[in-house]
Amino acid sequence: MARSGNFNVSYRQEIAIFRTLGQKLWLGLLGVILLAYPLLFGEYYVYIINFALIAIIAALGLNLLTGYTGQISLGHAAFLAVGAYTTAIFSSMGLPFILVLLLSALTSLILGLIIGFPSLRLEGLYLAIATMAFYFIVAYVIAHWTDMTGGQYGLKVAPLRVLGLPIDSNTRFYYLLVTFVVASVYFATNLARSRVGRAFVAIRDRDIAAEVMGIDVARYKLISFAVSSAYAGMAGSLYAYFVGILAPEHFGFDVSIQYIAMIIAGGLGSIEGAIIGALFISLLPEGLRFVTGALASSFPELSSNFLLLKEGVYGLIIVLFLIIEPTGIYGIWRRIKDSWDTFPYKYRG
Amino acid sequence: MGTEILQLMIGGFATGSIYALIALGFVLIYKATGILNFAQGELMMVGAYIYFALVTELQLPFLAAFLLTLVLSGILGLVLEFVFIERMVGEPVFSVVVITLGLASLLRSLTGIVFGVLEKGLATPFSGKSLAIGPLVIWQTHAYAIVGGVALFIIFMAFFKFSKTGIGMRAAAEDQDVARLMGINIGRVFGLSWIIAAVVASVGGIFYGDLSFLEPHMSFFGLRALPAALLGGLDSVGGALIGGLAIGLIEGLAGGYLGGTGQELAPWILVLVILMARPYGLFGTREIKRV
Repeated sequence: MARSGNFNVSYRQEIAIFRTLGQKLWLGLLGVILLAYPLLFGEYYVYIINFALIAIIAALGLNLLTGYTGQISLGHAAFLAVGAYTTAIFSSMGLPFILVLLLSALTSLILGLIIGFPSLRLEGLYLAIATMAFYFIVAYVIAHWTDMTGGQYGLKVAPLRVLGLPIDSNTRFYYLLVTFVVASVYFATNLARSRVGRAFVAIRDRDIAAEVMGIDVARYKLISFAVSSAYAGMAGSLYAYFVGILAPEHFGFDVSIQYIAMIIAGGLGSIEGAIIGALFISLLPEGLRFVTGALASSFPELSSNFLLLKEGVYGLIIVLFLIIEPTGIYGIWRRIKDSWDTFPYKYRG
Repeated sequence: MGTEILQLMIGGFATGSIYALIALGFVLIYKATGILNFAQGELMMVGAYIYFALVTELQLPFLAAFLLTLVLSGILGLVLEFVFIERMVGEPVFSVVVITLGLASLLRSLTGIVFGVLEKGLATPFSGKSLAIGPLVIWQTHAYAIVGGVALFIIFMAFFKFSKTGIGMRAAAEDQDVARLMGINIGRVFGLSWIIAAVVASVGGIFYGDLSFLEPHMSFFGLRALPAALLGGLDSVGGALIGGLAIGLIEGLAGGYLGGTGQELAPWILVLVILMARPYGLFGTREIKRV
């Protein structure tokens, strides 16, 4: 039966995130799957999904900045790196987890504000160049400030304990990360649909018009940079704890590209897009490994050049999605859903 | 003392003319299409690899290999433009720029898979040979890079000033719609700008490969030409030459006197300074934003 829309009869309904019973049921099912995942799948798949969960947090941040506010950033890897190295340095001083996490997010946030200031004067291409320059400067400092970051030798991160409980297995990490992802998604969703989020979208669509309508463009651009880099800092911090040892190669320029690929493949300017994109891009190497494994006998050079192949596939995904399906996977899904909901009509009334 | 600084300056100018050639590619594509081509460094790298393949696999003599490299690079530029950029006309700048980033990853990956990631030496007839002018001893490659780079720039500046096609390209850069109404084929202008950008980048790539070595990540050297393009002004051909030479000179002197790896960092700090102080560069046009 075709639905004719949801009618709100109170303010509570108006501002509820989940409006229908169907949404709540699906959400419940998702919750059950999330909780049961480590029981259903093996250790390796929990390990893989942990990276994807970390990527979701950082991708949410980039999507708030690039997808919602329309500010191109080629420096996301730098914010991740700053968060990760801050964590490594403070955790070895014996500070507790929550404090380290907050400090890492804060350090990234401050750097985000610093790189946000040029964004007040620069647009589009020039901002892309500025964030790229910022990335290369951060990468250089990390590689050469050996006393602080260990340079090429790497830097060890102290083992993670939360409230006295050692987080030492993939499964324990999984539950910790799921908690953070749920909190991040919740915060980002509410931010996006509040005054701040609407200001972001107005700036993206036409900044001068936004300014004329009374939006403080400078302030909201800075907020966007701050939130985005805090997300990346948090993701970097969790990444540091998860991998246990950091090296400059973990944060190459290709990582920035990878995050751009995530939000484009998932769908720019939506929370769901960031989640889907992060899952898609993080799990893609597994699919690739499967394919190259199958082709290993006829094309051995494919599996021996796996890292290169991965880089190329990310590039290809960016190009193909932008040309063929700029709304990303989430856009495809929404189109299918709409045509299902409104069948046999073409448009929602 | 006097000769030492001259030596360093000549080395700097040689690197600078390579930067200038790559920067010329940035400027041309920006002028004609209004986008920044982040795959410019990769065009340079692919050009150098094409030359390498022609010399080592096909055993072609220098001049034949060089000319064939120019032709093949031009074709590559045209194909990239036709397949990926042409259909993005009218799309937001963000999408087109990110497509060039995607192309950059793709080209790096393909080159690495085909040629391997190991460093390769590239030989030209003047590699390793030096030239003595009075008390100065300079590498022939340096001399040819400077002479070749400056000559190419003079050719292109004349092309933009005097030839009908060149003037058409300038008109298209000024205002696409008006240029189209005046009967200029915008599609051809786009294609031509990518061809020229790929050709000059491949010349830069061959010189750079001679001075250093080949590997897929040499494309990041190409990215360092971006400061040169910015310094001169993203839409100024002459600015690309002066910007390139200036950056090369600064790097050369900094590397000679300060030593270390600071020369990797300096261009990026310079970029931030330029962007904050004078985003349209020394010779670029100041953009005025209208609603």
